[in-house]
Amino acid sequence: MADDVFILGITMTKFGKHPDKDAIDLASEAAMAAIADGGVSMRDMGILAFGNLIGNATGQALQKQIGQTGIPVYNVANACATGATALRTVVMAIKAGEVDMGLAVGVEKLAGAGLLGARDRKPDGNTWTPAGRFGAVTGTDGRIGTETMPGVFAQVGMEYGHKYGGATFELFAKISEKNHAHSTLNPLAAYTKRMTLDEIMNDLMISYPNTRPMCSANCDGAAAAVLVSGTKLKTLSLEQQRRAVKISASVLTSDPWQEACQVLPDVNTLTKAAAKKAYEQAGVGPSDLNLVELHDCFATAELVHYDNLGLCEEGGAVDFFNSGATWRDGSTPVNVSGGLESKGHPIAATGIANVWEVCHHLRGEAGPRQIEGAKVGLAHVIGLGSACGIHILEKSAV
Amino acid sequence: MTDVTTQIPMVDYLVLDPQPHLVANQCTSCGARYFDRRNACAGCFGTSFTKADVPTDGEVRSFTIVTFAAPGVPVPFVSAIVDCHGTSVRGNLINVEPDPATVSLGMKVRLATYSLGVDDTGAEAIGFGFEPA
Repeated sequence: MADDVFILGITMTKFGKHPDKDAIDLASEAAMAAIADGGVSMRDMGILAFGNLIGNATGQALQKQIGQTGIPVYNVANACATGATALRTVVMAIKAGEVDMGLAVGVEKLAGAGLLGARDRKPDGNTWTPAGRFGAVTGTDGRIGTETMPGVFAQVGMEYGHKYGGATFELFAKISEKNHAHSTLNPLAAYTKRMTLDEIMNDLMISYPNTRPMCSANCDGAAAAVLVSGTKLKTLSLEQQRRAVKISASVLTSDPWQEACQVLPDVNTLTKAAAKKAYEQAGVGPSDLNLVELHDCFATAELVHYDNLGLCEEGGAVDFFNSGATWRDGSTPVNVSGGLESKGHPIAATGIANVWEVCHHLRGEAGPRQIEGAKVGLAHVIGLGSACGIHILEKSAV
Repeated sequence: MTDVTTQIPMVDYLVLDPQPHLVANQCTSCGARYFDRRNACAGCFGTSFTKADVPTDGEVRSFTIVTFAAPGVPVPFVSAIVDCHGTSVRGNLINVEPDPATVSLGMKVRLATYSLGVDDTGAEAIGFGFEPA
């Protein structure tokens, strides 16, 4: 049987604007802090998995600043699941028995990036000429639906509303209100301002029903984690063992074919499949989770993932939210970090930063936002295209 | 102004004659429908496809009103997913106010076309959308 895998050290940088730091500066800061947090050295790392989706930074460039030891580097890209993919790459290497310790890093410079998913429309040529897989004579974004992320995920949430009812503009705005309220306790979040429901609903409309504060915040940031095998962990100090967090499930899925999935991305089926597998691997169920960090790239996305992750019964996400369950004092606190809407979404860092948030609580180190007695947590990301990464984390038994 | 000599659909899955309608590539093994050029079926990996006419009426299964888009894309517009009797289609809702008070989930719509303009050769590009039925 494959060895267990633990997080030995983990950190995230402050998310926000870092005009004086490039991607490698941020990645170095996170990586060195994660290594220090684990009480080990770059010399102990057997593998480096590195993600930087929008930029062109590489793990090798990071090594040149923090330590070139000749270990294999995997530069990974998996949309918004890039960070989770880097983490899982190290998990697989340890499970395979190839290494007993490894480093996963995700970094993005995204402050001021604007609208993602959409490209400027080019002026039409002098003749209509069919091109591409659809034989289109002109750009289709804006003429055959939308390709912007706020628009695509608005439709994801509205589709849930059509299927089950109750998903109003106000409901989605209330989800955002929760996450912005949570962010006030997170000093590393890009935005920490509490916003009223009125402020959220009356802010700039981006793509109905998502207003600006209901969209994930583009920002700079990095996160890194040092992973260790269970066998190796036993040789380390009691303090290291006490702070280590068990990765009791590490799952990555892509979207299986479903009717309509090539018309509107289906972020549901692959999340449901990943969640099912993760709960089986970890031997826990949704009711065992003390906190969840899920991929609220837009307020409309958070709603559907309550259902996809099995936090509520099928079709029950609206009632579940309205019950107060997902506020930090509720039965299943969701996005106590402030979520992507306020903490920010430096894409490749996100899938490690959400694991850091959960670890922070499991270690009892979350300060004023600590979820008391947290023992089990789940971190989820979706990369459109699609990829879903889920990690279930458990407090050390030591 | 150039005289219109021919009409050309905006995408090749829009067929203008005898009446405008959408045509899908349908997998002969499992019936999955696609609008793009195919290498194989994503559902069953089959490589044989036939053309299938998609019903021109349907129901709005999801929508968003886009008020912020890439430079060059006029806003606001309504993007929607329309369920045409079991085949899902992406398109704009047209001939309707882009307002949540006038667009609703479940509303009945039908295919409609409009001109995108005439090029130097006299060819007029025809786009499609869905309008309230």
